[in-house]
Amino acid sequence: MILASTAVGLLIAMAFALTRAIKGPTVYDRILASNALGTKTVLIIAVLGFLVGDPGHYIDIALMYVLIGFIGTIAVLKVSEFGDLGQTQPVDSEPPK
Amino acid sequence: MSTALDFLSGALLLIGIFFTLVGSVGILRLPDVLSRLHGASITDTLGAASILLGLAVAAGWSLLMGKILALLVMMVLLNPSASHALARAAIHGIRKPWLERESD
Amino acid sequence: MLSPRFHRGHKSPEPPIVRKTVSLFFVLAGTWLLLSGHWSMLLLGLGLASVLLVVFCARRLGVIDDEGMPIEIIPGLVRYAPWLIQQIILSCLDVSKRILNPTMPISPAIVHIEAGQKSDMGRVSLANSITLTPGTISLDVGHDTIEVHALTAESAASLADGEMARRVHKKVEGE
Repeated sequence: MILASTAVGLLIAMAFALTRAIKGPTVYDRILASNALGTKTVLIIAVLGFLVGDPGHYIDIALMYVLIGFIGTIAVLKVSEFGDLGQTQPVDSEPPK
Repeated sequence: MSTALDFLSGALLLIGIFFTLVGSVGILRLPDVLSRLHGASITDTLGAASILLGLAVAAGWSLLMGKILALLVMMVLLNPSASHALARAAIHGIRKPWLERESD
Repeated sequence: MLSPRFHRGHKSPEPPIVRKTVSLFFVLAGTWLLLSGHWSMLLLGLGLASVLLVVFCARRLGVIDDEGMPIEIIPGLVRYAPWLIQQIILSCLDVSKRILNPTMPISPAIVHIEAGQKSDMGRVSLANSITLTPGTISLDVGHDTIEVHALTAESAASLADGEMARRVHKKVEGE
């Protein structure tokens, strides 16, 4: 019962984040919203595992989702800032001493 | 499982869902990207930690609890890095954040 | 830990590398056991083989150093964590109240705070603590200062007070 209401609450929160992703004026709003959406997806996968009675496998999926979501956010940010995944430093940064 | 642990787990889940919803409302309501990051960080810290701790209490002493706690540690380590990268990119990208004294 | 800034490029093999290698082995083995959950001889053998392969590769790459395997700061982090958790809960409640308030009394500001940390790890800990606390986000980490975006003037003031920097300095860097 409490698990089901947690899942419903997470779905409502995801709807809010999705609204921001659709509305967001700048590209950073959309990246922020998709990052928040990823966090809530991890939580809902974990809760769903307990709901359907097979938490062990669902937690493994959630663990992988955290890592992939982090790498995805960083990659999208890097492309949006440098226009290239291969560049290692900002153009205007100081060289290491 | 005893009733006290059930109650603790339910209370943690309720606290977590409350803060997750508040963080999402913050993402919708706050005026610009850097302010919205503060709303997202409520969800990332207290919301996620409460929900995962509630699930860990529900799981009881097992390997599953260890996995849930590992998931919690991973989120606590990774989310600030993503937030910092996003804030840094945003401050370079938008160049003019919404500040109180400018709106007056 | 007390060594000056870490330079990639010319690093000499230091005595604690054996300890770091052994602790890397145990961390990897623990991760394998936690994620697998099977105790048959075949899977344990495969796990041992992969752990040894990863330790060998890390040793050859030279990434087992203060940055790659920071075991010295773990006791400090454990001592620092309770205060940080308390701060996170307090500022979560504060930011939540402001978000739910219909008039939304926020006053975003960008401030520079002093970071007296000597080591890279200390600065990273401080910047991560700032970002982890709702209401403040670190924007840019320099040598002596950290640029911070704060949601309210109060959170900016409490950060400029330097309590967090002092605690990171005392507990994490252990000086």
